[in-house]
Amino acid sequence: MSEPMVKAENVHKSFGHLEVLKGVDVEVRAGEVACLLGPSGSGKSTFLRCINHLEKITAGRLSVDGELVGYEERRGRLHELTEHRVCAKRAEIGMVFQRFNLFPHLTVLDNVLIGPRTVKKDRSSATVDRARALLDRVGLAAKESAYPGQLSGGQQQRVAIARALCMEPKLMLFDEPTSALDPELVGEVLDVMRQLAADGMTMVVVTHEIGFAREVGDTAYFMDGGVILESGDPRQVLVQPTHPRLQDFLSKVL
Amino acid sequence: MPPALDVVPVRHVGRWIASGVLLIVVAMFVHTLFSSIPRNGNPHDSRFEWNVVGHYLFQWSIVHGAIVTLEITAISMAAGVLLGIVLAAMRLSANRQLRWASWSYLWFFRGTPVYVQLIFWSNLAWIYPRLSVGIPFGPSFWSVDTNSLITNLFLVAVVGLSLNEAAYMAEIVRAGIIAVDHGQSEAAQALGMRRVQTLVRIVLPQAMRVIVPPTGNETISMLKTTSLVGAALGGGGELYRAVQNIYDLNYLIPPLLIVGCLWYLAMTSVLSIGQFYIERYYGRGIGVGPAPLTLSQTIRRSLRRTQRPPMPGAPS
Repeated sequence: MSEPMVKAENVHKSFGHLEVLKGVDVEVRAGEVACLLGPSGSGKSTFLRCINHLEKITAGRLSVDGELVGYEERRGRLHELTEHRVCAKRAEIGMVFQRFNLFPHLTVLDNVLIGPRTVKKDRSSATVDRARALLDRVGLAAKESAYPGQLSGGQQQRVAIARALCMEPKLMLFDEPTSALDPELVGEVLDVMRQLAADGMTMVVVTHEIGFAREVGDTAYFMDGGVILESGDPRQVLVQPTHPRLQDFLSKVL
Repeated sequence: MPPALDVVPVRHVGRWIASGVLLIVVAMFVHTLFSSIPRNGNPHDSRFEWNVVGHYLFQWSIVHGAIVTLEITAISMAAGVLLGIVLAAMRLSANRQLRWASWSYLWFFRGTPVYVQLIFWSNLAWIYPRLSVGIPFGPSFWSVDTNSLITNLFLVAVVGLSLNEAAYMAEIVRAGIIAVDHGQSEAAQALGMRRVQTLVRIVLPQAMRVIVPPTGNETISMLKTTSLVGAALGGGGELYRAVQNIYDLNYLIPPLLIVGCLWYLAMTSVLSIGQFYIERYYGRGIGVGPAPLTLSQTIRRSLRRTQRPPMPGAPS
């Protein structure tokens, strides 16, 4: 088998004296959908943010597509990567935030295009076509000249997914993509993600949507207190959990 | 829809009294504007000497002074804003040395009066007779006689005002930058943008909404501060100096000050209009409401309203 897309071995992360991750092991193969579940404060978002180096890990090893995140190993020592190379690696990883974080001063189409334009210096008409196709795919072709403030939360999150996809990432990170949405808007975002998974995108999804994890996920990880308590096939783990903490968690959210 | 309510409004007696008092005060002031006093044997001389005001208002030396004032304002503000952005970025940088350098600059330039700074720059030759570019304690590659620079009062004015303005603009820009939600730069970084790209493409355009109103203030303040240039440097050709040059000869001080004030008012009014349009531009995409109306839109709309008043709540 080839290198996994994401490989975390005994990853630790501290903010000052507060240790948020206390040894996390995760392995996501290309084309897989990994779902991270757990109560708030369990460290799942922090772990996700470590994958594209928005947070620096304090111990352990974390690699994406066979290369260490944020560091390089030379003669047995870790060297910090330059900003240029950190950015080049981030450009290959898409990220979708809980609060969408669309750029409010740009139209929907410009939001989708600003990544390729700024990071890849790509101003080709083919990319504009691709951006329009992506907006079409998330069902928002008619909204390309609207500003984010004129869209509903569900529409904004779908634009945010299109914005991430326009960079043609090899891995997508989702940080509670439906947690800030009205219940009736959750479905439209999950539909887009379901379609994306069916198309073979590698995805790491932090979510509270147990149904989505069970249906779409290839692996589910249950985190609490900075460690993974249980992991495996979501149809197994989330239906017949063995760990009492997960049993307790599921009984509360379902 | 049922017919609109027919209501007798509350009577506001206080408003009528206030209006009456104001009307009397305004009438008294207007009277002084045009009343005459016998002076210099001319019994019909207005106190304000409007004929003198009219005579000098468009004289070339005054108009030229206004142009120079605008030039100094425009160049100093442009340089001040650019340097201010750099100083703000330094102040927010992860680099401790840059933060310290920016802080020291602000400490000095905000801590000393601009009037004193201007006089200081005009005396620079006393400390540094020659300005040169080279290696410290080593050879110099280029040098210039300081006196040849500071005799150009326009240059001294622009440099002095720019450096002072940059300190204030740095704080305004910094306030704008930290007002932008942190999620914005995070989303930009996640796309792979570098820090400078994130600042220029994502953060600054949004910070402008916060930066523009106080910058408009600064521009108006700068326009008036140029009047210090003449006093501090004894020249420079700006508006107040041009006014002063005339009343130093004919002693018609109040009417000439009115000439100057009319020009300053005209220029600051134009700047305020410009500020409205800049704010309108940077407000795009923010909030769900429509952009504020421009002057021509307001006029067209109010004309339409006088023709046919729309029903409240009726679809337009």
